[in-house]
Amino acid sequence: MAFNFKEVMNKPERLAPGHRMCAGCGGTIVARTVLRALKPEDKAVIGNATGCMEVSTFMYPYTSWEDSYMHNAFENAGATLSGIETAYHALKKRGRIKEDYKFITFGGDGGTYDIGFQSLSGAMERNHDMVYVCYDNGAYMNTGIQRSSATPMYADTTTTPVGSQSNGKMQNRKDLASIIASHDIPYVAQSTLIGTMKDLYEKSEKAIYTPGAAFLNVMAPCPRGWRYDTPDIMKICKLAVETCYWPLFEVVEGKWILNYEPKKKLPIEDFLRPQGRFKHLFKPENEHLLAQYQQEVDRRWEDLLFKCSR
Amino acid sequence: MSIRERMSGNEAVAHAIKQINPDVMAAFPITPSTEIPQMVSTFIANGEIDTEFIPVESEHSSMSAAMGASAAGARSLTATSSCGLAYMWELLYVAASDRLPVVLALVNRALTGPININCDHSDSMGARDAGWIQIYAENNQEAYDNFIQSFLIAEHPDVRLPFMACQDGFITSHAVENIELIEDDKVKEFVGEYHPENYLLNAEMPMAVGPYANSPFYMETKKNQRIAMENAKRVILEVAEKFEKISGRKYGFFEEYMLDDAEYVIVIMGSAAGTTKDAVDALREQGIKAGLLKLRVFRPFPGEEIAAALKNAKAIAVLDRAESFSAYGGPVGSEVKSALYDAKNTADCVNYFYGLGGRDYTVELAEEIYRELIDSVENGTALEQFKYIGLRK
Repeated sequence: MAFNFKEVMNKPERLAPGHRMCAGCGGTIVARTVLRALKPEDKAVIGNATGCMEVSTFMYPYTSWEDSYMHNAFENAGATLSGIETAYHALKKRGRIKEDYKFITFGGDGGTYDIGFQSLSGAMERNHDMVYVCYDNGAYMNTGIQRSSATPMYADTTTTPVGSQSNGKMQNRKDLASIIASHDIPYVAQSTLIGTMKDLYEKSEKAIYTPGAAFLNVMAPCPRGWRYDTPDIMKICKLAVETCYWPLFEVVEGKWILNYEPKKKLPIEDFLRPQGRFKHLFKPENEHLLAQYQQEVDRRWEDLLFKCSR
Repeated sequence: MSIRERMSGNEAVAHAIKQINPDVMAAFPITPSTEIPQMVSTFIANGEIDTEFIPVESEHSSMSAAMGASAAGARSLTATSSCGLAYMWELLYVAASDRLPVVLALVNRALTGPININCDHSDSMGARDAGWIQIYAENNQEAYDNFIQSFLIAEHPDVRLPFMACQDGFITSHAVENIELIEDDKVKEFVGEYHPENYLLNAEMPMAVGPYANSPFYMETKKNQRIAMENAKRVILEVAEKFEKISGRKYGFFEEYMLDDAEYVIVIMGSAAGTTKDAVDALREQGIKAGLLKLRVFRPFPGEEIAAALKNAKAIAVLDRAESFSAYGGPVGSEVKSALYDAKNTADCVNYFYGLGGRDYTVELAEEIYRELIDSVENGTALEQFKYIGLRK
């Protein structure tokens, strides 16, 4: 079905207002967009790794989730949802449930790239019929902006602080979408918040309604951790895509598909400059770091183009 | 008519699982519990049961998946030992707090440090304060019987707590013994079907599990768990009574062996009780009033009942198969002594350690312990607290 912005936005919200996520939080926008992709008649069980989203949306005795929801711990969202999904098949087989259910879990990059990586890998490899959505804000934001393996190079975080002997995080970010694609699951996609959210909405729809395991890696800016002007979130996301820092792609049954190629690739500085966490890169003596950054973005982009051209 | 068979403890538990035919099992192999998921997988592969099995990538995930399945409304279980249980640690507390009646077949094995595959109770004893019901078996028959009763206790609306069905690694899990099995249809009727009041897959009423609950609500959560554990005492006895009707076998919080008039008593848990019974028999033949209290239910802890059962004892040795490293006794010893204190029982009471990492515990060693108790009462010989039994000289 063709994407109809008005229709999509008029669907009932499945994450009710009143939660305590920060104003302008990227993760919340991701969750609401993904949930809109559910057919209104379908039931869902939502999983959630410990993180900002969990502690802000389900504070006893209140919950913002219209669907059934389970938070277990930080590092086991994949395994927990795989148990729920298996129970669904067991109970359906035994005639104890009639309704159709979909299974979606949300985790930040801490719960997904790092501490929950094993649990995620296991759930994906076993090909449970579920969608794992990583809202990737590139650091452990809930505990106060510590580096994760999703943190981009040279970012200033509270465990990779910039100082006289430090330019922030020294390593590149882990390419999780590729790693999950290597699990050979039916559907993997990378997305972020662009325009009408058509890209994320359509990918969510595919992920939810493709039988078997699906993984969405969604860049979700965090105004606190990234230190940009909060209303600029859409601008930041667009720059991530236009600089090829965060390309939009899908891996469908092992086939890599590039969803968007900028007509004119913007320099990486354009993405880095509005963010306080990269401020130190714009000191005159750090020009070589910017050059190095550009090289790394180019290398990854070329690699992606190669994968998508096969 | 019950069925006479020969089975190892692992086979006995696997057979119980087959008869219960639970909805979901998630497991990861670890010696000596590995056979249980292997056997269940074989039952499924051969179409003998239609349980959904999740071959997870770790014990952390087996507990997580079993919890997810349980919250979803399924009767779910797992099996593990030693480090496998340790790897589940964080989630054991969550399962109890979320009031998920997951059943865990625990085949007791020493915790690593150094790595050791043999029996002791350091794994389950470490988890003793996690909020799980813990029941221990002396032999294969009890491992089977306890497992059959497990779901009924765990799922009871007044309880709704996770359940650890413990048996001794290798000693019972791998040794083949005679066993009396209950007919399939009787077990099926006994365990019934699991229909929780609230569950994730309830289309009429969605549910949210695992909240963030800070100081305004956390303490009430704990109090509710405590009430559930208190209720479990009653339910354990009710289920045992119901079980007796289909099996003819009687269970309580503990077994009293020659305890009525016993002056010298060993309190012990698990397979070593069988060895101790032999020592009791030998001493009784010599006219010595030796007796045994075999603890079956460790959580909830039947403190008052234990103290009442020990009221005539002149000297008591409580044997622990796990260190606590308090340097002031082991877990069973500390709690039994505390129960005796509350009952104003001032009998000599000593707490020893035995069988760590599979160290042999023999009839001779048990007899020696009884003789020490006698010596202390008759000759006033001081008992050495917290001694290791069968330690290399």
